Amino acid sequence: MRFEGSRTYVATDDLRVAVNAAITLERPLLVKGEPGTGKTVLAQEIAAALGLRLITWHVKSTTKAQQGLYEYDAVSRLRDGQLGEARVHDVRNYIRPGKLWEAFAAEDRVVLLIDEIDKADIEFPNDLLLELDRMEFHVYETGEAVRAARRPVVVITSNNEKELPDAFLRRCFFHYIRFPEPETMERIVAVHFPDLKKDLLRAALTAFYEVREAPGLKKKPSTSELIDWLKLLLVEDIPADAIRERDPKRLIPPLHGALLKNEQDVHLFERLAFLQRRERG
Amino acid sequence: MFTTFFYELRRARVPVSLKEYLALLEAMKAGVADGSIEDFYHLSRAILVKDERNFDRFDVVFGQVFKGLETLGEALAEVFGTVPDEWLRKLAEKVLSEEEKAQIEALGGWDAIMRTLAQRLAEQKDRHQGGSKWIGTAGTSPFGAHGYNPEGVRIGQEGNRNRRAVKVWDRRDFRNLDDTVELGTRNIKVALRRLRRFARSGAADELDLPDTIRSTAQNAGWLDIKMRPERRNAAKVLLFLDVGGSMDDHVRIAEELFSAARSEFRHLEHFYFHNCVYETVWRDNRRRQTERTGTWEVLRTFGSDWRLVFVGDASMSPYEIVQPGGSVEHWNPEAGSVWLDRMVATWPRAVWLNPVAEPYWGYTQSVGMIRRIMEDRMYPLTLAGLDAAMRALVR
Repeated sequence: MRFEGSRTYVATDDLRVAVNAAITLERPLLVKGEPGTGKTVLAQEIAAALGLRLITWHVKSTTKAQQGLYEYDAVSRLRDGQLGEARVHDVRNYIRPGKLWEAFAAEDRVVLLIDEIDKADIEFPNDLLLELDRMEFHVYETGEAVRAARRPVVVITSNNEKELPDAFLRRCFFHYIRFPEPETMERIVAVHFPDLKKDLLRAALTAFYEVREAPGLKKKPSTSELIDWLKLLLVEDIPADAIRERDPKRLIPPLHGALLKNEQDVHLFERLAFLQRRERG
Repeated sequence: MFTTFFYELRRARVPVSLKEYLALLEAMKAGVADGSIEDFYHLSRAILVKDERNFDRFDVVFGQVFKGLETLGEALAEVFGTVPDEWLRKLAEKVLSEEEKAQIEALGGWDAIMRTLAQRLAEQKDRHQGGSKWIGTAGTSPFGAHGYNPEGVRIGQEGNRNRRAVKVWDRRDFRNLDDTVELGTRNIKVALRRLRRFARSGAADELDLPDTIRSTAQNAGWLDIKMRPERRNAAKVLLFLDVGGSMDDHVRIAEELFSAARSEFRHLEHFYFHNCVYETVWRDNRRRQTERTGTWEVLRTFGSDWRLVFVGDASMSPYEIVQPGGSVEHWNPEAGSVWLDRMVATWPRAVWLNPVAEPYWGYTQSVGMIRRIMEDRMYPLTLAGLDAAMRALVR
């Protein structure tokens, strides 16, 4: 089982090695990186490339580690007890398996994505240490142990909002998705838009990196924003010349709303572009 | 094995543990990186380094330990003394065509090649380039990369040579990563947790078991479910941050504290001031001239259940504290100490966090003055100081 990237996803060498190490040694892979560089998509692509089922667990600020294992619905059992339902005698009827249970119980190997682990409470990763390490846990209500038949490929993403504890990190492999260099970016764009014209691509990429390099931007546009922008450019049928245009009246690239998500950034970029043109002019 | 590498990493303060080192050996055994030394670099980085801030240090150490080694074979020879046969075999099978394999047979088969290889590895002392006998690159020896000899065992060499001109780790792409991410906030957050004041508020979404039992009993056994809101951190914190001037040296630690506090407390209000608090403060540094809030307004708005935290170096001219009109920025009708007294009176649970190290406090007169106003509740902005400050706020 090896991951080599796919037709819809460009994997750099280091990413490929990290993913393969995680698959071979059956350890979780922690993926960090700027928002919009394809962290979540990675798990989907691994699943698609290896032909495995993907189970996604989206973590929110209120998510508890226990919810990933199982939840015991005591209230509905209590209610059923009052109504004299037959199913009340088996506690198993009231245990709802969580995503980890689902992944462990699957007969074939699956890909488990734990998305945005940094959103949860600071103790969340610590509560999952043993479960991720041994890939098993105990259900107190029924006394059974859930053990992974085939250890799933676990991909964990983080946006760096919180630091993760050392004990947790030690159990993971780690990959940091860097912002792609222009050459890699060209390959990525080619994967998404196979028949994009060369000159339009060049013009768009130049404008894109120009925007990214503007100092002091609050939110730098990333790969996913570039792809959205190109989509818009194609739909609106904007010619390459319009992007390259150096008309002082139109300082920022057309349809910039897809790239700059924040009013202050738009102002800042306008001002910078204005100063630059004035110097040149 | 790779012990030198491991200890060099630890010496460079890359936090690697034995568990990770064993995982690396396991991965090598499983053949995850049998392609090239670049694959080995990526693999060891993925396993040993868990934080992109340490990537640069890792690159430096990797460059030192595996200096001058072009191929995985050489790296292995360096650390093992010998190259395990099966690794080479696997490699060679990858790169050699059927034709070439047949020619190798002519030299006496695999075993003969491996024997000679082991012999030469033992003879070789230095890195070698060219020539026709030693293992190295661009030679005509059967061993090493880019050989002209069809019997050559190409050790981990693929793709074009130019790409290897500057090795990945020598580029040190991650040098600048350090300053873009929030640093060390986990410890600060853990310290701030002392201030957690749990209270139940908001939507009732948790079963209140004792109350349910009580009301069910009252209900003659018919179930009467009682819900209650979840416990949440209800601590309210007013944060006053000193900006500009002498605080420039401490911007980073102040930012760390701020970002940790912001995610820890749901009720957090922050204001900025310069050196000392006077009649106005502001929330946004970029609009500090236009959008100011009156300090009286702040005093009236927030009740005495808020906790007051100042962050500042308290280093200024004494006039800025005691003298009306002493401010460096404007004419203040009332002295800074008057305002500070008012604030401490309104919010009795107050502390001052000082990023200047404690031993230096004595050298600045104003630090002592502020400390007196704060009734001695000034703490250094270190983890221990933060911890003590949070205890003082809970008291």
